[in-house]
Amino acid sequence: MAKFKLTKIFFLISIVFFPYSTHSAEQTDPIKINWSFKGLTGKFDRASLQRGFQVYKEVCASCHSMEYLTYRNLGEPGGPEFSEMEVKAIAASFEVIDGPDSQGEMFTRPGKPSDKFVSPHPNKEAAAAANGGAYPPDMSVLVKARKGGANYIYSVLVGYEDPPPGVTLDQGVYYNKYMIGNKIKMPNNLIEGLVDYADGTESTVDQMAKDVTTFLAWAAEPELEERHKTGVKVIIYLVLLTFLVYLSMKKIWSRIDTKV
Amino acid sequence: MSEQEYIPKSKAGKWLNDRLPILTLGAHLTDYPTPKNLNYWWTFGGILTFCLITQIVTGIVLAMHYVAHADLAFGSVEHIMRNVNYGWLIRYIHSNGASMFFLAVYIHILRSLFYGSYKSPREVIWIIGLMIYLLMMAAAFLGYVLPWGQMSFWGATVITNLFSAIPLVGESITTWLWGAYSVDNPTLNRFFSLHYLIPFLILGLVILHIWALHVPGNNNPVGIDIKKPSKDTVPFHPYITIKDAFALLVFMIIFAGFVFFTPNVLGHSDNYIPANPLVTPAHIVPEWYLLPFYAILRSVPDKLGGVILMFGSIFILFVLPWLDTSKVRSAVFRPIYRQFYWIFVFDVLMLGYMGAMPAEGIYLVLARVGTIYYFLHFLVVLPVVGYLEKTDPVPMSISDPVLTGGAEPSLAKKDNGKI
Amino acid sequence: MSKEEKKVNRRDFLYTATYTVGAVGIGAVIWPMIDQMNPDKAQQALATTEVDISQIEPGKSITVLWRGKPVFLKRRTTEEIAEARAVSLDDLPDPQKDEDRVKDGKDEWLVMLGVCTHLGCVPLKDKGDYKGWFCPCHGSHYDISGRIRKGPAPKNMEIPKFEFVDNNTIKIG
Repeated sequence: MAKFKLTKIFFLISIVFFPYSTHSAEQTDPIKINWSFKGLTGKFDRASLQRGFQVYKEVCASCHSMEYLTYRNLGEPGGPEFSEMEVKAIAASFEVIDGPDSQGEMFTRPGKPSDKFVSPHPNKEAAAAANGGAYPPDMSVLVKARKGGANYIYSVLVGYEDPPPGVTLDQGVYYNKYMIGNKIKMPNNLIEGLVDYADGTESTVDQMAKDVTTFLAWAAEPELEERHKTGVKVIIYLVLLTFLVYLSMKKIWSRIDTKV
Repeated sequence: MSEQEYIPKSKAGKWLNDRLPILTLGAHLTDYPTPKNLNYWWTFGGILTFCLITQIVTGIVLAMHYVAHADLAFGSVEHIMRNVNYGWLIRYIHSNGASMFFLAVYIHILRSLFYGSYKSPREVIWIIGLMIYLLMMAAAFLGYVLPWGQMSFWGATVITNLFSAIPLVGESITTWLWGAYSVDNPTLNRFFSLHYLIPFLILGLVILHIWALHVPGNNNPVGIDIKKPSKDTVPFHPYITIKDAFALLVFMIIFAGFVFFTPNVLGHSDNYIPANPLVTPAHIVPEWYLLPFYAILRSVPDKLGGVILMFGSIFILFVLPWLDTSKVRSAVFRPIYRQFYWIFVFDVLMLGYMGAMPAEGIYLVLARVGTIYYFLHFLVVLPVVGYLEKTDPVPMSISDPVLTGGAEPSLAKKDNGKI
Repeated sequence: MSKEEKKVNRRDFLYTATYTVGAVGIGAVIWPMIDQMNPDKAQQALATTEVDISQIEPGKSITVLWRGKPVFLKRRTTEEIAEARAVSLDDLPDPQKDEDRVKDGKDEWLVMLGVCTHLGCVPLKDKGDYKGWFCPCHGSHYDISGRIRKGPAPKNMEIPKFEFVDNNTIKIG
């Protein structure tokens, strides 16, 4: 007798979860990195986040904005966790436009922790104009905004190659193995030894790419650590309650002859 | 039990109940005689109530922080995620809650299709349910526009453009929906207003849905009419409530798994790119729960035809109780229908898969085959199978394994017709 | 205890445990729904304001916005300070010494929340029977130390947490 069977449904649903194969043939699958923030209890690597911020500040920030982040975020739990003094110093190292003052004039002042990350350009149009017509995307949620997430961002950073024979590139366009369509307007900015890491880590291209990707992953999901921690607690609680309710249900239904 | 007059014990209770018989209603809901053989597929009504309440509560909270303006909407969602206390949790519950809501409603509908719950005398319950489903789709679509990402914007553009397929007045209707000459700030504002309204309409319909259910009572896996109260029934509380609670908790574990560990897996990464009217994303796809209809839409090479077929695929469900000619409700006793039922489930899943694929080559061919079969199922298979099928013998009652007319199936069928 | 009773007890315990654990969960769910209405992280971060006071002449005052509320910064003259200190505490509905309302050695600077303690209006400066502040909403009179003297307000105007960063800058909050 065929009932409304779970197994059948699982079989049917599994059909829907066939591996999607929509990406074009030119794009290579991103490199898979075993990030520390992966998995149910994943956490960010604090030191890597701090180094990643340094790479962002010294390399990326000259073109890319991060308009949804504030300097205070750098000191918040679950992030790079710079000390309060360090956060103040970092914020103060940026010139922030404020105002209008009592005379109606805009003025600049050193940044405060409550200020948003200073954008390199006043608006999108200016950013595009300064970068050969291509707007460098805001990086606040970049990791969530790309299929493949952190793996994809990392892969693009290390995926610069000479174009294969037959591929011609316009001025200001570069070949990247992992970029969708293989053409990218961002030049390869990561050069061995470019950043002088404060903690003495050797700044290889791979290291810098990993660090800055970790930083961007945190920027996109600053709640990740709290989310993982809360999630584990919630699931344990729900399993416990489910078990208790199951026993109660068995007891209640034992009063009559029907099984549950 | 519910058939008897309920008299409150306390004086105050009696005073209130004489003026507003709310205690009678409570007693009716508590004691309501429910078939004792309801399986876990019957717990999804309670699960759906939970989903609706969760969406309303988290939605009201999000509306306290969200800004419905084209320039600010995206940033306000990020503000919720980053600054609002527990904002990330509430938003992820709401966005994943939509998916969980649809998951539950699809199981609820498939259960109804398998056990024939849409058949007489429950046609009105079925139709109200479909109206709820339609409103759910509207609410989900409107809500998906609010974060004002790329998928929001282009989803809104594509769906509102469906109306432009209507001859003569189509263009005017589309412009009217937009309140502008494209999807723009006025569109976002009114979508927010309607997104806030619809859940309360759904709530009203849910009350009617339950009211209509309580007239004939629950269908059950055997699909036969039962006397209530009788030895075939149990009081709703505590028997059904505790079972619903257990199923709900299992559902919540899965829900929590999505919210805490893969909160964006059901969404699309492009929706974290702010809306840009100048660039369309490479692959626009709706959320997973709308994919089968999207596949039907794209399988028709004609604009108006596609729209008609897509809406037709939903509206055909409204006449389902009259398309299915079989008097036997439960597929347990319908060997032929049972096979077609699973073919139909497969067909819908396949359409969903095709909806996620690019509309070209083999995908398009399969989508067309799937679309044709979808309509064949309702228009040909159901009426014909109902006439020709030789059903298995149906028991007299739930507690009683004795079949109608003994071992003779033809007698059983005849008897069954009287039910 | 009979076997039957034991059974009943165990069942009661199971139901009680289930209800209790369930209630804890409901409580835990309600808290985020309440806490989301509290000031968010961006609001909390704005909780301090630094004010440049170098341009304020004796006898003059300025008003700055802090946490969405006005803060009065008054540079008092020697006469005004003397007047504030001459008042007997017995004449005050909310007795408080002027010395306790300013920072030691910075007696001339009165920094207080410009909000009437009655129902939250902003009092007018240099008005009222005591030449301090006067709240036009319901007629509360404050003296030159911002203390309530007459009217329905129950308390002196509040002194916020503040400090002198240097001679020319005050940090409020």
